[in-house]
Amino acid sequence: MSATITPDATPVSVTLESTEIRSWKAPIALAVFVVVAVVLFVVLGRDGATTFRLSSDSDVVQLADWVLPARPTGITVTVLLALLTVVVVALTTMGNRLSARARRMVLAASIVAFTFLFLLGFLTWAAAGAAIPVTGLLLGTVSLSAPLIFGALGGVISERVGVVNVAIEGQLLAGAFCAALVASVTGNPFVGLVAAMIAGVLVSFVLAAFSIKYLVDQVIVGVVLNVLVLGLTSFLYSTVLSVDTAALNTAPRFPRFPIPVLSDIPVIGPVLFRQTLIVYLMYIAVVAVYIGLFHTKWGLRLRAVGEHPQAADTVGIRVNPTRFWNVSLAGAVAGLGGAYFTLDSVSSFGKDMTAGAGFIALAAVIFGRWNPVRATFAALLFGFATNLQNVLGAIGSPVPSEFMLMLPYVVTVLAVAGLVGYARGPAASGKPYIKS
Amino acid sequence: MSGGTPAPATTTEQTADQPRANAILKEIVNGNVLITVLAVLLALLIGGVLIALTNEDVQTAAGYFFSRPQDTLLAVWNAVSGAYVALFQGSIYNFRRDDFLTAIRPLTDTLTYAAPLIVAGLGVGLAFRVGMFNIGGRGQMLIAAAAAGWVGFSFHLPWGIHLIVAVIAGIVGGALWAGIVGLLKARTGAHEVILTIMLNYVAFYLVAYMLRTPGLLQAPDQVNPKSPPMLETAIFPPLLGPAYKLHVGFIIVILATVFVWWLLNRSSLGFRFRAVGENPNAARVAGMDVKNIYVYAMLVSGGLLGLAGVMQVLGTVPTGFSSGIDAGIGFDAITVALLGRSKPWGIFAAGVLFGAFKAGGYAMQASQGVPVDVVTIVQSLIVLFIAAPPLVRAIFFLPDGSRRRRRTTPIVTKEVEAK
Repeated sequence: MSATITPDATPVSVTLESTEIRSWKAPIALAVFVVVAVVLFVVLGRDGATTFRLSSDSDVVQLADWVLPARPTGITVTVLLALLTVVVVALTTMGNRLSARARRMVLAASIVAFTFLFLLGFLTWAAAGAAIPVTGLLLGTVSLSAPLIFGALGGVISERVGVVNVAIEGQLLAGAFCAALVASVTGNPFVGLVAAMIAGVLVSFVLAAFSIKYLVDQVIVGVVLNVLVLGLTSFLYSTVLSVDTAALNTAPRFPRFPIPVLSDIPVIGPVLFRQTLIVYLMYIAVVAVYIGLFHTKWGLRLRAVGEHPQAADTVGIRVNPTRFWNVSLAGAVAGLGGAYFTLDSVSSFGKDMTAGAGFIALAAVIFGRWNPVRATFAALLFGFATNLQNVLGAIGSPVPSEFMLMLPYVVTVLAVAGLVGYARGPAASGKPYIKS
Repeated sequence: MSGGTPAPATTTEQTADQPRANAILKEIVNGNVLITVLAVLLALLIGGVLIALTNEDVQTAAGYFFSRPQDTLLAVWNAVSGAYVALFQGSIYNFRRDDFLTAIRPLTDTLTYAAPLIVAGLGVGLAFRVGMFNIGGRGQMLIAAAAAGWVGFSFHLPWGIHLIVAVIAGIVGGALWAGIVGLLKARTGAHEVILTIMLNYVAFYLVAYMLRTPGLLQAPDQVNPKSPPMLETAIFPPLLGPAYKLHVGFIIVILATVFVWWLLNRSSLGFRFRAVGENPNAARVAGMDVKNIYVYAMLVSGGLLGLAGVMQVLGTVPTGFSSGIDAGIGFDAITVALLGRSKPWGIFAAGVLFGAFKAGGYAMQASQGVPVDVVTIVQSLIVLFIAAPPLVRAIFFLPDGSRRRRRTTPIVTKEVEAK
């Protein structure tokens, strides 16, 4: 941990830097993907051409389809991937000549380019001889990611303030249940939305009370809360909701609401601006949480409590109330994600309908390194993989659907194991603060 | 963290932090029996409230509560007692049967349900003692079930040997799947909670894929994603004759409990497990290879959860398995381990209790129409209450033992002795 000053004259900073960049994780991971690319795109290469459909018939601005021959594209992509890997290897071995900042930039750019190219190669290969509706693929991605993003934002807020939030799943499920019930009874989806937030807050209250007041291990409370909410919602579903489905479990859904001018932008318009109110709320939430966390007094205090509660306490921040209310806020945000299930995608509640989305959101939090924007992108990646499976399933893809569904989890494992750099959470996350 | 002066400060802070975090685990491990009993009572009470609130007779009677309150109370009593009597009859002793041998059958059902819960709980509890959360029970059970099931339906071996080979295959499968987590945690510092959750899904989809692919695990003449039934030689033989479901697996469960008790309390490896769980920094200073301990612990933990998967596939449902073979036991095991306070015999008792809930829950649903989910609620409430003894003490107006002791440390003797 602490660097000891060695007798020889080497400055500490130099040794530290050179040890930092000698991490071979990224080049090894990229090399693995290059091998996968060689096997899939070259050895198992497929003939035919892949059409990327960039506009649907209803669009105002029509873009021409983009046709790529599968085999040549696959070979080109593989060569480019190999070149990028060489760049990263060179960066790892001879990177000392560049400044740390420049090195990081180049590395990040290479990895982004690599990901994009690999995806392009994969799509071209998987859909050879068929057409991929690009807007449909991305539209579905945004929709499927919405609950994950809300959940991940809830997770980010909660963990940044120092409470591990494994109960995202429970918050989503409680939100979904209450949104369905209240919206059905009142006939108003907006009331349902508020109910979902309250449900999320209630779950958070239990999490906060047990972890802050009773000092129970936060992971345990989270795990048990998930089971409790699952049990409660399933019980009430069987005894209350299913008795009178028409009156109690038929929620009015939010209609799709295209934003006038923005929705006519090609590709981006239909994907981002022909969504429902909940998705628009999601955009606002992402921006608000990001600005709030990093550019306001509230966020500074929140992060201080999560990183070093003693120090925060010393300067007069009340640690435990700060934690309590911010965990509650996190619950409200995650509850909104729950409302997505019953007020947007389907109009009725079903047992265990979140089906592990909360755990994926938790993975997105860690994958996104506790940063709301990165976590959003991680959630989008998971949504993309799920939707890709749907789209390829419709086309008839050569990859078994289970492997497509497995992908986000494998990626998370790789990410957590250090592919995207060492993931370090807020220092005091998971540790109760006892004022001495 | 560079330079000479801050170094001592950080080290003292870490050593001060570490026991704090472990004290919480210790609190879970060393609670007292009274709290456990009260927590179970409290949870049953809340379950009763839920049953009463959703009961139709109670709702009708409550409509005229102020004119005839006794009707409501009677309806509440009927609903709650009916449900809990059904729970008891379905899980322990059915006094409506004439002869003892059939009346006691629910108890053997309870033990059958308890068998996988206990071994899975042992696996999770062992990981707890090393300071790790193994939430990957589902994945480890699925992989183990697939391995044991594959040996069970496709190998043709003599009676006895076949069963042993299948059991070992399952244990190895579960151990390896958990070993990945241990290895990644030890080598890269990745958090085991995330790894195990993610590997649950990977295992689920992997097994689902194998189950729908002919030539791997799918039954030859089937369309459904389901394996062929186990061969007769690979199934756990019944323990009390064909009339009862209880199988030889339960003997293995008892042996496993003894083994884990021996491993944790009498072996050198177990000592190192506990040392790392109590304080990894101290263990490292004492010369233990903490990283390898994590790997070994996950291997053993995964092996035990694998055994639970084996119990399911060769004992509970030997007629071929689907991807739901784990039946949520991987998650129930967490609550079992917490309730048993991570001690082998505690887990054994907790497993039997949860097995009773499981057996009785279905009986309750069938006879009283109370959804089996109420059992899930009661179970999770039990664990919540047990994890927070001060809350239970406050509800039952019990003296707060821990705080008084802490306050009196300077004066010590009198009050501590008076307790």
